[in-house]
Amino acid sequence: MASITPIDTPPASPAPPKPAKSTGRAGDKIFLGLSQGSGILLLLLMASIAVFLSYRAALAVSKDEGNFFTTFDWNPAGDPPVFGIAVLLFGTVVSSIIAMVIAVPIAVGIALFISHYAPRRLAAPLAYVVDLLAAVPSIIYGIWGALFLVPYLEGLNLWLDQFLGWTYIFEKTEVGVARSLFTVGILLAIMILPIVTSVSREVFLQVPKMNEEAALALGATRWEVIRLSVLPFGRSGVISASMLGLGRALGETMAVATVLSPSFLISMHVLNPGGGTFAQNIAAKFDEANQLGRDALIASGLVLFVLTLLVNGAARLIIARRKEYSGANA
Amino acid sequence: MKLQRKNRLRATALGALAVSGALVLTACGSDDNTSGDTGGTGGETSAASNIKCDGAKGQLLASGSSAQKNAMDLWIKNYMAACPGVEINYKSSSSGEGIIAFNQGTVGFAGSDSALKPEEVAESKKICKTGQGINLPMVGGPIAVGFHLEGVDSLTLDASTLAKIFDNKIKKWNDPAIAKLNDGAKLPDKAIQAFHRSEDSGTTQNLGKYLAAAAPEDWKYEAEKKWPAPGGQAASGSSGVAAQVKQVDGAIGYFELSYASSQSISTVDIATGGATPVKATSENASKAIGAAKIKGTGKDLALDLDYTTKAEGAYPLVLVTYEVACDSGNKSDTLATVKSFLTYTASDEGQKVLADAGYAPIPAEINAKVRETVAGLS
Repeated sequence: MASITPIDTPPASPAPPKPAKSTGRAGDKIFLGLSQGSGILLLLLMASIAVFLSYRAALAVSKDEGNFFTTFDWNPAGDPPVFGIAVLLFGTVVSSIIAMVIAVPIAVGIALFISHYAPRRLAAPLAYVVDLLAAVPSIIYGIWGALFLVPYLEGLNLWLDQFLGWTYIFEKTEVGVARSLFTVGILLAIMILPIVTSVSREVFLQVPKMNEEAALALGATRWEVIRLSVLPFGRSGVISASMLGLGRALGETMAVATVLSPSFLISMHVLNPGGGTFAQNIAAKFDEANQLGRDALIASGLVLFVLTLLVNGAARLIIARRKEYSGANA
Repeated sequence: MKLQRKNRLRATALGALAVSGALVLTACGSDDNTSGDTGGTGGETSAASNIKCDGAKGQLLASGSSAQKNAMDLWIKNYMAACPGVEINYKSSSSGEGIIAFNQGTVGFAGSDSALKPEEVAESKKICKTGQGINLPMVGGPIAVGFHLEGVDSLTLDASTLAKIFDNKIKKWNDPAIAKLNDGAKLPDKAIQAFHRSEDSGTTQNLGKYLAAAAPEDWKYEAEKKWPAPGGQAASGSSGVAAQVKQVDGAIGYFELSYASSQSISTVDIATGGATPVKATSENASKAIGAAKIKGTGKDLALDLDYTTKAEGAYPLVLVTYEVACDSGNKSDTLATVKSFLTYTASDEGQKVLADAGYAPIPAEINAKVRETVAGLS
């Protein structure tokens, strides 16, 4: 209790009158120090995470009797220990791609509806509801996915298999409930919808009125206005929104671990149960892993870390290239 | 502006209040624990039970197999009720974790699904200065094979068909091999969905040992904690597998018996080659464990289970979990507690708890040796 009184009293009397002018210099210095410290702290944090991951990963990889990048197995407790990330990399990328393919068009649609079509009375609540989706914890999505989505996707799976089976991708060759990468992709799509939608919506709302009015003045319809002025202006924003969503999809753990039936096989038949992602594998294996097993999981975590860095870097490159265009308009 | 700032400061103050309040509360919490430790003097024997506390006192940490967690929970509850000065804390993680902790000297004993490996025994000599780690078989249990098939309530399989089902060689429920073992049952033309554990597990390893021993022709994989066969579907934990079997029509999976009984999942009777197929019950599992030989040397009581037993009413698909302790050289501050607690768990009273919780008591002959060894721990 003693620690509270000092915090409680100063704002009451001495603090407000002083900072007006006289202590400006000291305040500046303190604030500079604080903000500099925060910046340095962040760098130190990142560096220590990277060092920790690399150290443990190096320990594990040096003991791996298989090839860390091409082995289709995860058995660090085996004799000899064998593990590789090929399946995890594949599963992570494929499920995220499915999620993006589903989520981005829908998110852009919702964002356009909210920003340009919906009447004001509808737009605000709708935006609120979409944001609310982001507040649901991922384990809840996982349980919902396992108990509701999986049984009800069976029909869709049969339909896809029957009519799109010729694409190879949608051919279902193994029996089993829909605890597949495809289902995971759908679930991830729902989970990244709010972030992609809200960022896109903000960008679309920033399109200069002049551009839109100019298009209207040329006789453009509403769709043409969107196509000519809103979409080109918002493109880089939508891309960065998608990348934010992709980052979340790549690292999503609990929802995937709850829904997926993991296996160490690579199959392009995305409807078959099986596959795995980095984060799911770590969540599923960590509890039962021995020392080497944990190091191996950390090594896979390092690969995910690098993958996420690459994705973010790519997104920044794309945005930087488009900057002039959108910057000029803004 | 000023008003806003004031509000913000007030919010910070409130936050600080909440944080320090929480700190005070947690401090109280840990106080409670320590006072519990010092409050009792140990050595008391409650009238209701025959648990002998024998100088046990203070805190005993243990860690290991989650397969014996439910048994441990009950034992610890009973024991602590009888010996108020003692606090036992069993961290249920995994056998590997428990053995690592034991060999680092951080726990008094460990629970493990499989006997110590030679290199683990070698390592244990550093902690048990005058002795080594030994395996004490304490908890037995049947591994139930649960299934969910509309219209079929009882099902008999043998080791060979089980192996083929879990290896994806038998794909339909009306396969002739299954029909042959189930005269008169209406088996549907439905795909079999076999579920296994997604994480490393002692249960998987024991199923693998059973299949490899009882059906060597059809199960060529090594018994490992990781699921070895390709195909099939995976779920996390015994509870996850049981949940899938409960939910999916046409499913089959394996888990400890308690998961089957608590969710009323039908279990497979195993045709061992004896006169009648054997049901998965703790009594039948005890019979099969009775056929085991002790393979450990000296005070070590590691068991060699006979998976091919044809004895009447012996359910061969069993697992035995051990407590691992030092035969001599246990840490002096926990020795009395370890000894007293394990004496209780190996006693008739302790073993009786097992049957009620879906486990199988260790048969008398082996159990007698366990008691003898526990009494000699030093």
